[in-house]
Amino acid sequence: MHRVKVRVVEDALDANNTIARANRADFDRHGVTVVNLMSAPGSGKTTLLERALSHWHDGPRVGVLEGDVAGSLDADRLAHHHVPVVQLNTDNGFGGECHLDANMVRSAMDALPLDEIDMLIIENVGNLVCPAEFRVGEDARIMVSSVAEGADKPLKYPLMFRACELVVINKIDLIEHVDFDMDTFLYHLDAVHPGVTSLPVSARTGEGVDAVRSWLAALPDRVRAVA
Amino acid sequence: MHELSVAGAVVDTAIAHAAGRPVSVVTVRAGHLRQVVPRSLRFYFEIVARDTVVQGARLELEIVPGRLGCRACAHEWDVDSPAFRCPRCGGGDVTVLSGDELEVESIEVEEPTPCTA
Repeated sequence: MHRVKVRVVEDALDANNTIARANRADFDRHGVTVVNLMSAPGSGKTTLLERALSHWHDGPRVGVLEGDVAGSLDADRLAHHHVPVVQLNTDNGFGGECHLDANMVRSAMDALPLDEIDMLIIENVGNLVCPAEFRVGEDARIMVSSVAEGADKPLKYPLMFRACELVVINKIDLIEHVDFDMDTFLYHLDAVHPGVTSLPVSARTGEGVDAVRSWLAALPDRVRAVA
Repeated sequence: MHELSVAGAVVDTAIAHAAGRPVSVVTVRAGHLRQVVPRSLRFYFEIVARDTVVQGARLELEIVPGRLGCRACAHEWDVDSPAFRCPRCGGGDVTVLSGDELEVESIEVEEPTPCTA
């Protein structure tokens, strides 16, 4: 036996990115704008969606792809709001993937009612690290960070806070209880991702959620303008 | 903690280029901005490689330093902490010149030595 060196020079995530592009082409063909919604577990992604979609009248028709390690609790909650929801579990028996990748989203493609929706919101698995690495075929990424997580999170997870077009600062109704300093958070966020849009909200009380709705409703036009 | 995901992507890429041959070395260039912890990546690499042609392969890891460039004033600088504003003009329109890599550069595979007798 002898050793042979094989030149590769390939992005390790190339395989994922190729599938993500195929997903994107399918979404584009159906005229569906896709949002990848990411956050740590418990930041309030599902509650934010519930709140945003419950007063969703004249915006784009929205469907949700619900990524979870296991179970359908989140999908069940969203189904109450008359929004088509497809559940995608990453669990393969005991414990599952900590993020959605392009292939998982691809596997759900047939179940998605792409002809009946204008926008697909993909709720990623709660995790502040891995989802940032894996494109799934989205047009935009939203990162939800709750004040209970602390003002230092942009500095600790810069990859995630850089890989998004909108940062939703959730649970602002808790600010006084958790010693969260908004200026410090915004200072760190600006260092990591200068100029990124951020919206303070309380998904629980509904404060600020209108701005998220408007951001979402305007997204398809913004995406088309760039394309 | 995303080293498991990264290790999986690295091993999959190596397998795709090995064409069935046993792999003895995998050389990876990882940018400093990708937050890859070398010890952790090695640990997961070994586990993910099990029962594949990459099993037992050595992981050669090169960390590429982060370097940024300002589009407004053309200043370039090295970063080792997450500070993406231009230190000279304060501009936020910044490009990553290096440090974003996550690349399998090469692999070494075992091949039967052709019989010359």
